[in-house]
Amino acid sequence: MHLDHATTFPERHSHSAEPLRADGTRRALRIGLGGPVGSGKTATVAALCRALRDSVSLAVVTNDIYTREDADFLLREAVLPPERITAVETGACPHTAIRDDISANLEAVEDLEDEIGPLQLILVESGGDNLTATFSKGLVDAQIFVIDVAGGDDIPRKGGPGVTTADLLVVNKTDLAPHVGSDLQRMARDAKAQRNELPVVFQSLRSEQGVGEVAHWVRAKLAAWSAA
Amino acid sequence: MSRAALLVLADGRFPAGGHAHSGGAEEAVKAGRITDAATLEAFCRGRLYTAGLVAAGLAAAAAHGMDPLDLDAAADARTPSAALRTAGRKLGRQLLRAARATWPAPELSALAAARPRGAHQPVVLGLTARAAGLGPEDAAYCAVYESVSGPATATVRLLSLDPFQATAVLARLAPAMDETVAAAVAAARRALAEGVDALPRASAPLLEIGAEAHRAWPVRLFAS
Amino acid sequence: MTAEAVAVAPVGVPAPASALSESALPESAPPAGPAPTGIRATARITARRHGSGATVLPVLEGEGPLAVRRIRGADGEARVALVGAMSAPLGGDRLTVRAAAEDEARLRVTSTAATIALPGQRGEPAYYDVELTVGQGAALHWLPEQLISARGSDLHVTTRADVTEDGVLVLREEQVLGRSGETPGRLTSRMTIWIAGRTLLDQELSCGPGAPAGWDGPAVLGGLRALGQLLVVRPEFTEAPVQPCMLGEHASLTPLAGPAALVTAVARDGLAVRRVLDTALESLMR
Repeated sequence: MHLDHATTFPERHSHSAEPLRADGTRRALRIGLGGPVGSGKTATVAALCRALRDSVSLAVVTNDIYTREDADFLLREAVLPPERITAVETGACPHTAIRDDISANLEAVEDLEDEIGPLQLILVESGGDNLTATFSKGLVDAQIFVIDVAGGDDIPRKGGPGVTTADLLVVNKTDLAPHVGSDLQRMARDAKAQRNELPVVFQSLRSEQGVGEVAHWVRAKLAAWSAA
Repeated sequence: MSRAALLVLADGRFPAGGHAHSGGAEEAVKAGRITDAATLEAFCRGRLYTAGLVAAGLAAAAAHGMDPLDLDAAADARTPSAALRTAGRKLGRQLLRAARATWPAPELSALAAARPRGAHQPVVLGLTARAAGLGPEDAAYCAVYESVSGPATATVRLLSLDPFQATAVLARLAPAMDETVAAAVAAARRALAEGVDALPRASAPLLEIGAEAHRAWPVRLFAS
Repeated sequence: MTAEAVAVAPVGVPAPASALSESALPESAPPAGPAPTGIRATARITARRHGSGATVLPVLEGEGPLAVRRIRGADGEARVALVGAMSAPLGGDRLTVRAAAEDEARLRVTSTAATIALPGQRGEPAYYDVELTVGQGAALHWLPEQLISARGSDLHVTTRADVTEDGVLVLREEQVLGRSGETPGRLTSRMTIWIAGRTLLDQELSCGPGAPAGWDGPAVLGGLRALGQLLVVRPEFTEAPVQPCMLGEHASLTPLAGPAALVTAVARDGLAVRRVLDTALESLMR
């Protein structure tokens, strides 16, 4: 269990977002991935693991609607060794587990670091939920919101906390846009209007570029985290 | 003591992980033992007088200031199911995290250091009540209420049970909760003089067996 | 309407306010008042290892309804059968059995027939206490037949075992609520197991009319009428605890927080419970 550092960080509002481990070393950067069901969160996590695993020590926590389904997908895909993937039960309320009561997720990320040694990055994937589901700042340091073109090109316009406040908005499955009649230009315009300067990535995991842009963004976050 | 602290601690939104546990209701629903409000009530009543009473006794004793490690061992002895011991310690660890952020106290830090993998939830609950300036009876009330509100909330989600009906079940159980608290507090007082053996140890075979069945499921919504 | 009146319990009777506080009493001590009408009887069995490697029985004493008989043993193990000499326990009776396997001794105790708890004349409760002791390197198998709680009876059973760190204890306890088709009596059963001075298991089941409501409901017995437990304490379980698993629809095997495993089974009848426990015993002693 991690000790608190009230004297070192008197300004801290949460006992959970402590940047240092009990031994004084900097803990892993935690990045949350949220978004509606079927938008490609798990596929993005899998692709990120493949892109980063050779150069970054990382692990994944999944929050399934039904336990272990996403974790099992990642295991089957063998994107990481099994001890680096852990699942949290959410009692049919995935947004509660990442926002209102983050205790089980905090235990999970700390257990990963305790059991497999110092990590640089932990990806926390939320169970598929609605557009209002965002991660608590007590749980993650940055969050990615994943939507897809097939879910309707009006989602960026509708906004909601995920679309407007996430540190990175990913519009996934751009390869499907012509087939589902989604207007990517319009999505980009609406996203810009909702998010001002916050970045947006349009991606197709089937393209050559794949998860590259998102991986690049994660690497930049990691560099900033280590330098802080 | 601030009475309002009791509301903070007993609030279902207190971030201590309880929302992901059904108190055995998920297994009982799947097995067909809970199908409606009436069977939910019978389930909750049985759980209240067994697991609820035991938890309340431990919580009250911890709030009295009995050695939490002795109480933790007593909780182990009263929890034959390994799955329930694991769930109890997991919840205890999560509650301890929330408690230390909410009502920091040396006793809480000492317990965290002594049981890094978590102490049993009712023991942590009693210690938390103490840190919040609450008494043994308050701790027992939190424990008995949790013992029935968890299954009731879970059943609303699992069976799409009318939430008004589920809340009415809890309201009907109120006199039984009072009675359970009184028994737990009396036992905790005896335990101060006689030791932990005086604490309640009521068992519920189907809860114990069901917890093992639930643990073995490959797919589930709730952690226990 | 009281809260209890709406409880869904086909057989259960609403619990009086006293039922709960009574179940939380520290010991099942007989209530003060007029002298009980029943019998007080104690049986004592002590098993000792003889130099030859055999186990002898320096103490083998029955009393009243508790008769004890030595039966043929095997492989250095002494075997004793409890023989029901009269109908007991009746309300008001207080029976005690003390069995000890001293250091290195091996003792197996069985019974010749089921024990039936019956009501007494004045409706007083009966008490049946079992006290087991297992010495260093000793083994005690306590395998009595079922206890049947007959209509109108009120029995408090207390089983307490003290086991040394490297002792072996096999303990079976089976309860059948009511004879065939009968409303059960009231039965309170507490089991406390100590290993090297630490409590390993402390549990109490209260069922039948007058027990706290919900005993017959979906959290406790779910309308089923037979319950059995098999406890196995073996030093080997310290290094290699059993893996928890299901042994049937309402039966599970779980490691305890110590060198022990517990099987709990609930079923429609005693036969089904016995079947589960027998199979489990075989695999746990392998």
